[in-house]
Amino acid sequence: MTQDSARTPVLQATGLVKTFGRVVGLDGVDLELYPGEVLAIIGDNGAGKSTLVKCLSGAYTPDQGQLLLEGRPVTFHGPQEARAAGIETVYQNLAVSPALDIASNLYLGREQRRSGVLGSVFRMLDTAGMRERSEQQLKALGISTLQDVTQAVETLSGGQRQAVAVARAAAFGSKVVILDEPTAALGVRESGQVLQLVRDLRERGLPVILISHNMPHVFEVADRIHVQRLGRRAAVITPETHSPSEAVALMTGAVAA
Amino acid sequence: MPSRTVPPASAPAPAAPQPHVADEFLRRQSTAGRIQSVLHRHPALSPALVLVLSVVVFGLLNDRFLRPENLSLVTQQVAVVGALAVGQTLIILTAGIDLSVGAIMVLSSMVMAQTAVANGLPGPVALAVGLAVGLVAGAVNGLLVTRLKLPPFIVTLGTLNVFLALTLLYSKGATVRGGELPSLLTWTGEAFTVGGVRVTVGVLVMLAMYAVVAYALGRTAWGRHVYAVGDDKESAALAGIRVPRVLLSVYVTAGGLFALAGWILVGRINAASPNAAAEANLDSITAVVIGGTSLFGGRGAVWGSLLGALIVGVFRNGLSLAGVDVLYQTLAVGVLVIVAVAVDQWIRKERA
Repeated sequence: MTQDSARTPVLQATGLVKTFGRVVGLDGVDLELYPGEVLAIIGDNGAGKSTLVKCLSGAYTPDQGQLLLEGRPVTFHGPQEARAAGIETVYQNLAVSPALDIASNLYLGREQRRSGVLGSVFRMLDTAGMRERSEQQLKALGISTLQDVTQAVETLSGGQRQAVAVARAAAFGSKVVILDEPTAALGVRESGQVLQLVRDLRERGLPVILISHNMPHVFEVADRIHVQRLGRRAAVITPETHSPSEAVALMTGAVAA
Repeated sequence: MPSRTVPPASAPAPAAPQPHVADEFLRRQSTAGRIQSVLHRHPALSPALVLVLSVVVFGLLNDRFLRPENLSLVTQQVAVVGALAVGQTLIILTAGIDLSVGAIMVLSSMVMAQTAVANGLPGPVALAVGLAVGLVAGAVNGLLVTRLKLPPFIVTLGTLNVFLALTLLYSKGATVRGGELPSLLTWTGEAFTVGGVRVTVGVLVMLAMYAVVAYALGRTAWGRHVYAVGDDKESAALAGIRVPRVLLSVYVTAGGLFALAGWILVGRINAASPNAAAEANLDSITAVVIGGTSLFGGRGAVWGSLLGALIVGVFRNGLSLAGVDVLYQTLAVGVLVIVAVAVDQWIRKERA
């Protein structure tokens, strides 16, 4: 931890509280994400994983507590603001538009226009340019399963859709990429591809927050593991110091941290 | 690094296994599956085929059908509903529906006529005021849908009656004849001849509306957002699209397009009548649905709606030339709608 404390976290949360009526979703959560690491968040159902992620990604604004991005306090009123600050999130339900093609989905919400009069007056999209850059982006990420960026997303398999969503986050997330249950709906081979994408992101220097129920996946890619329990952080462990069964024990409260 | 020790097969071995997978997939696809995926990619393809087929069939049944004057008549008959279908397509693409299209059209046309005749405004100003009324009416629908979060069906069912009542109150139920109107307002009814076919200005205005909206839907970010919102509102919002803003812009734009349809209507009937085009609401939905746009949103093309309006026009005209009773024409259109929606359901079915 001496090495960690010397560095500034890319993203830091202190004392986050979020309540829904009488239900307490987060009860003073702390979290640190350091440069170039994969931080997994695990926890039982109702432990506050999703609420925590939504606070980090701007979907919720916490009632109390503070978010620091590269040491500077930030407040997000919506996903757009978090995204503008460089935090990209891949949601469990993917947030892709099935009828649109891959390139349109990669650029959804930040389409690029043609240069000159065509773009400024006639608002014409640079469709060819976006397709070309989409192909480059997919190639740079080593995603070989997506051959044709003009293919509609609904024609893709679950793993391919996930790859589109991850590629979008990786393409635009300049500081943090958050993945919420990225392997939950996938088969073995597809899960392997997504985990490889997570490693690739880390190798490119992008820190990743990974929320998952799947202990083998978490222990395969995570550098550190944040254990969420009853709306608080129960412990931070690493795959080297703890076994999956110890992590589960922490998660369920069978063992105190 | 433990991660390095588990290199999955996908990483350094590109392309090699992929073509096999694709081949296998293609071979597995049945003929029906292939048709399904082609129709899926080109929603306007099936209405185009139906239109060509019906023109050929009616042409064979009766030689008068393909005469230039008859074809010209079909386009004029289609112009008003075809124009309404432009705005209706936009709304249906967002998974909404607008039952007040005819009411907005008639209200706008009455405002154009009355401000010109009763208030003595010059033609262009009267037209602009009428268009503004259409935009405001669309904004009312849009605000009720986005702010009060009411279902579009209910909102427009209500505003249908409100706008119709306003039209009758404002016009006192009186028709303004074409002769009294400034020439600009009836200009849409004027025709010129191109290669033996008489084309009215109204038909050209309608075609221009299609061209502009097709461009906006296909070539601008706004168009992508309209599709994305209709496809899946939540996903669109998470992707950073301001869903309420897009929806409101769609209803306002559609309101303006309905007012333009009102201008075409004045030229077509050479009058502004508060009782005109009572059946236009459902006809516009019919055109959109036959044109291959999905009532569930996110899928379709605006040109398809023009084809849909033309198919209905061709059916009605062709059947009446063949001496078929009006009631059977209506029956045929009803069957067309059901077939079109059934085909849409089939196309949308998730392929494994």
